[in-house]
Parts: sequence; C-alpha cells; structure tokens
Amino acid sequence: MTHWNNFSRGLFKENAVFVLFLGLCPTLAVTTSAFNGLGMGLATSFVLLFSNIVVSAVKAKIPDKVRIPCYIVIIATFVTIVNLLMEAYTPDLHEQLGLFIPLIVVNCVVLGRTEAFASKNSLIPSALDGLGTGLGFTMSLILLGAIRECLGAGSIFGFEFIKTGGLIIFILPPGAFLVLGYLIVFVNKFNNKST
Amino acid sequence: MEILIIIISAVFVNNIVLSQFLGICPFIGVSNKVETAIGMTGAVTFVMVISTTVTYLLQKYVLIPLDLAFLQTIIFILVIATLVQMVEIVLKKVSQALYQALGIFLPLITTNCAVLGIAILAVQKEYNLIESVAYATSNAIGFGLALIIFTGIREQLDFVGMPAQIKGVPVAFIVAGILAMAFLGFAGIG
Repeated sequence: MTHWNNFSRGLFKENAVFVLFLGLCPTLAVTTSAFNGLGMGLATSFVLLFSNIVVSAVKAKIPDKVRIPCYIVIIATFVTIVNLLMEAYTPDLHEQLGLFIPLIVVNCVVLGRTEAFASKNSLIPSALDGLGTGLGFTMSLILLGAIRECLGAGSIFGFEFIKTGGLIIFILPPGAFLVLGYLIVFVNKFNNKST
Repeated sequence: MEILIIIISAVFVNNIVLSQFLGICPFIGVSNKVETAIGMTGAVTFVMVISTTVTYLLQKYVLIPLDLAFLQTIIFILVIATLVQMVEIVLKKVSQALYQALGIFLPLITTNCAVLGIAILAVQKEYNLIESVAYATSNAIGFGLALIIFTGIREQLDFVGMPAQIKGVPVAFIVAGILAMAFLGFAGIG
C-alpha cells in the first residue's frame, strides 16, 4: 500500500507541472506536439528514476555539506547518457528537443525529488517515487502537447484529422503559455471541488 | 554589424523568456515587485556573462583539444555552480552594497536554466569570444526586459477582481501568453 502511495503521489496529488509548478521550461518549450511531449517526458523519467536510485544507494557516503553538488554530478551523468542514447537511436527526436535534453540537469523536478525524497528513503521507495514523478511529468507533457497539436496543427500524434491545418498561434510560443494557464485553471477548479 | 544583429535578435526577436522558454521559473517566481525583478536581472546578467565567457574558454581550450566534448553538460553545470558560489563570496568581501542587492538571488541562479542554456547555445552557434559575450549580455537584457514588463503588469493585476481559480499562477501564464504575442510582432526583424 505504501509502495502504491510512493508511486502515485507524483502522478496526481503532487503532479510536478500542474500542482507544484516545477520543470516549466521544458514543459512549455517542447510541447509543440504530443510526440515531442512523450519523448521529453520519457527522457526526464529515465533521469529521475536512475538518479533517485543512485542517490538513495550512496546517500550514506555523501557528506551533508556537499550533497547538492554531488547530486548534480549524478544527475548530469544520467543526462549525458540519455543525450548520447537519443542522439544514436532517435536522431529526429533529439534534433527536435535540442537544447532541452542537456537542460534536464537544471530541471528542478529532478533535483527536487533527489533532495526531498531519495536522500531520506531507501532504494525501492525512491525508485517508485522517481518513476511516479516521471510518469506524472510525462502525462502532463503529453496532455499539453496533444492540446496544442490538436488546436494548432489539426492532428494528434502526427495523424491529421483536419486537412486545412489549425490555428498556428497554438504551436507558436504564446500558445504554450495560454494553454498551460487555462489547464491550471481547470486543475484548480477540480481540486477545489474534491476537497 | 554581426554583433548588432546578435543583440537585436536576442533582445527582441528570439526573446529568451517569451520565445525560447528559458528561465521561466524566476520569471513566474520573482515577478511580484519591480525592485526584486531589477535585482534578479542584475544577478542574472552578472552570472550569465561571466559563465558564458568561462565556459566558452573551457570548451575551446580544454574540452575540444582533449576530445572530451561529450562531457559538456557535466563540466558546464559544475563550472556554473562553482562560479555562482565564488561570485557570492567575492561580492560579500568587495562590495557589501551590491551583495545586499543581489545576494538572495545568487543561489537561485545555479538552477536557472537560462544560464546553462545560453552557455550551451553560444557554443552550439559557434560564436567567437566577443560574439559570445555580446550574445550573453543581450540575452540577459532580454530577460530583464521581459521580466520587468511582466512584473509591472502583475503589480497592477493585484487590484483586479477575478475568480479564485484564476488568481496567481494561471493568470500569470495567460498574461505571459499575451506578452509573447506582442513580442511575436518583432518576428522578421533581423
């Protein structure tokens, strides 16, 4: 039961994007299509999962005063791995996401979870927490990407359903801010009702 | 001339916040009072210019000759984190007034993706040293411009009545969206 709690916390109740407002830069920048959102979400989930595992495994050895730089090095290592893997196996996606793959290092979600959870808990809960937070982040990105792609290009995951295209503004930067703003309004409304 | 194009394109056309989505966290986080926004801009400018210069030199004279370019991400973030710490220590000793003004913002900047982003972009665009410095400076100005305009609007928004669900962060995003639309008007210049 507690395992389920560790996993599901990041999915809804403490969703990184819609509730905690963390990791907003990649959220806004890469969600021009649902597929890009999926790719970015999975890359971040990979980094979250493995840096949580490693941090919780070595936490006893790290001196308290230099823990943040140590965590950053661990995170940066996995980001480099993801970056090289994506460059080799999914070059198109790597091209699309571009700068935002190395920038996973400074994604506050990742450092936040290692510092707030993995540094205090044992290996399995940390892995579940990393996975849950990562999937929650991925879901948010897919949702945002899907809405922007539907409205902006008239397609979803690349399948066109409106031949004439869409309102281009939703693909352009302003659309990212507007869609996320209105989504947070809906999330707030939903949360207020349930409590 | 090259440099003029870099500056105009970085400040207006490809504004770092409103069209490249770097540094959104401070943009939403510290945009409550104009004075804080100015302080944050100062700190970002300071760190961004120094770190872009240092990472440029590192990339050119250490990483590439040693064939270690794949370590870029790790090295850059370490350099920036160390640099921020050093700037903080030096400022505390040298200028108490400047430290008072920028001090609280400096630790926040380590995890500001704008600083790392610009350092990586300057290397990717293959600028030389002067162009890199101009690029970093003008991006910092662009950041300041967007942040200060946005803060001014948000200060006024406090007096506007609106439903509870929209108050705070959501309305900030909607305002940012409209501001980004205004900046789209610059597209095509340069």
